[in-house]
Amino acid sequence: MVTLRLSDVEVTLGRRSVLRGIDAQFEAGALIGIVGPNGAGKSTLARAMLALLPARGCIEIDGADLATMTRRDLARRIAYLPQGQSLHWPLTVERLVELGRLPHLAPMSRVGAADREAVERAMARADVLDLRHRDATELSGGERARALLARALAVEAPALIADEPLASLDPGHQIDVMELLRAEAAAGALVIAVLHDLTMAARYCDRLLIVDEGRIAADGPPAAVLTPALLRAVYGVEASVETGGAWPTVTILGRG
Amino acid sequence: MTRAAPRRWVLLAALGALMLAAAIASLRFGPVDLSAGRLFAAALGNGDHVAHVILFELRLPRTLLALAVGAMLGLAGAALQGYLRNPLAEPSVLGASNAAALGAVAALYFGLAALHPLMLPLLSIGSAIVALTLLFLLAGRSESPLTLILAGIAIATLAGAGISLALNLAPNPFAAMEIMTWLLGSLENRSFAHLWIALPCIAVGGGLLLSGGRDLDALTLGEDGAQALGVDLRRTRLRLLLGTAIGVGGAVAVSGAIGFVGLIVPHLVRPFTDRSPSAILLPSAIGGAALLTLADIGVRIIASTNELKLGVVTAFLGVPVFLIHLMRERRLW
Repeated sequence: MVTLRLSDVEVTLGRRSVLRGIDAQFEAGALIGIVGPNGAGKSTLARAMLALLPARGCIEIDGADLATMTRRDLARRIAYLPQGQSLHWPLTVERLVELGRLPHLAPMSRVGAADREAVERAMARADVLDLRHRDATELSGGERARALLARALAVEAPALIADEPLASLDPGHQIDVMELLRAEAAAGALVIAVLHDLTMAARYCDRLLIVDEGRIAADGPPAAVLTPALLRAVYGVEASVETGGAWPTVTILGRG
Repeated sequence: MTRAAPRRWVLLAALGALMLAAAIASLRFGPVDLSAGRLFAAALGNGDHVAHVILFELRLPRTLLALAVGAMLGLAGAALQGYLRNPLAEPSVLGASNAAALGAVAALYFGLAALHPLMLPLLSIGSAIVALTLLFLLAGRSESPLTLILAGIAIATLAGAGISLALNLAPNPFAAMEIMTWLLGSLENRSFAHLWIALPCIAVGGGLLLSGGRDLDALTLGEDGAQALGVDLRRTRLRLLLGTAIGVGGAVAVSGAIGFVGLIVPHLVRPFTDRSPSAILLPSAIGGAALLTLADIGVRIIASTNELKLGVVTAFLGVPVFLIHLMRERRLW
């Protein structure tokens, strides 16, 4: 069971302080949403948790400091689905998903039987088995999102960080991706997703972290943190939050 | 588009056969054609004296150099394209070849090569390292092909101007002709001494580039994606820089700057692979060896008053590849 802990994390890019005083702890088996306005530092927070940029303070995974770990070791513990859908060479879906096994391969060795099984499992979970021989650069947006997600799942790491996995997807495909992330969490993984859609975040996440101007403005279950007062303070909008249903529904009424 | 998984060994065997055929043809054809029987007898040591001299002192070192230099250029092109995620990258487009040639020219024409036999390859390699470092500083983080090509052109032009300047200042009456040799490349009159300079550099550089294929595959997902898969990008960059500089530097130190081989070959072999950068490395090396050997046969048998420069032939072969790329970009087909 994986635990990710951030203590007093601070990130400065150039002269700009992007994140400061971030304290949080994430446990396995939960789907955690990071939400907040544009430029609040959500993606920076995600990238800091993967040691992709220099951060002060301490980030630990299962008690081990990220700063002392090798990239390979970290790659086996946290899978990452980067923002955007860029893919620089026209690989087949199967070959793309296979890239997820790189952290497990010994130097100069080839993909083995265990890796192939992991690739099959990942493709099955993301429902891309039928697409395996297709050119991944020629897929539709929804298909490509699933293929890239399968690539991240193929790592079979105990934790997964997804940066805006719903960007440019239609509502049906957004639901597919969120269902998949929730299933991963239910199966025991720690899943952290940077999200923009508050209703999607409220519907699927067990916990929301609201980031504003480089700080955590609120942290807790969606029903507790998504309040009209907080949305006004963070996003500068008037909103109504319906809490009567199975999940809170946010309706934006206008600029506050 | 659905693609069946291509068979890697079929491609490697076909390219290997092509390379072997090119090498045998390179031993046979030239101003004096050697029949298969004469060639075979000379190779076994029972042939006539003329055939023996032509084979062992002229054609064999030349053929081996064409194979080694071509393999290095093809491999470096494939590795640079993978690293920069840009199908137009190759050592000469990026200025590495011209810079290496500038180092070689400086070593030869200012008497430094006479001080120690290693001065020539070392200066050539050093210049290539400086050029590639400059290139990565200027354009390394930019994903735009335009920035990279502009930076490469600037470095190549600067190095080319440096070669011309060095030769203009050198106390050598044949300098003007030499400029052409270094800028366009040639394997005319090369001996085993040249091979011993180039081969160790090519072996080390080639080894470094071949061992980095997996990192290049990870870079298909971009720099963040690759790092999150456990790739140490600083090490990848250093390996690529040293591999290209040592290999191409050593090759150019004996052949001059030969363009386009590193551009053409990866494009030709890519459709027969799964298109991942690692799958293109070895086929590009074998294909590059075959292509340069064939081009070198071309310069010998195309009738002209002086022997053609190798770079002229490879440039003629390279232009169509650029055009095909341009037409694809403009979606003309």
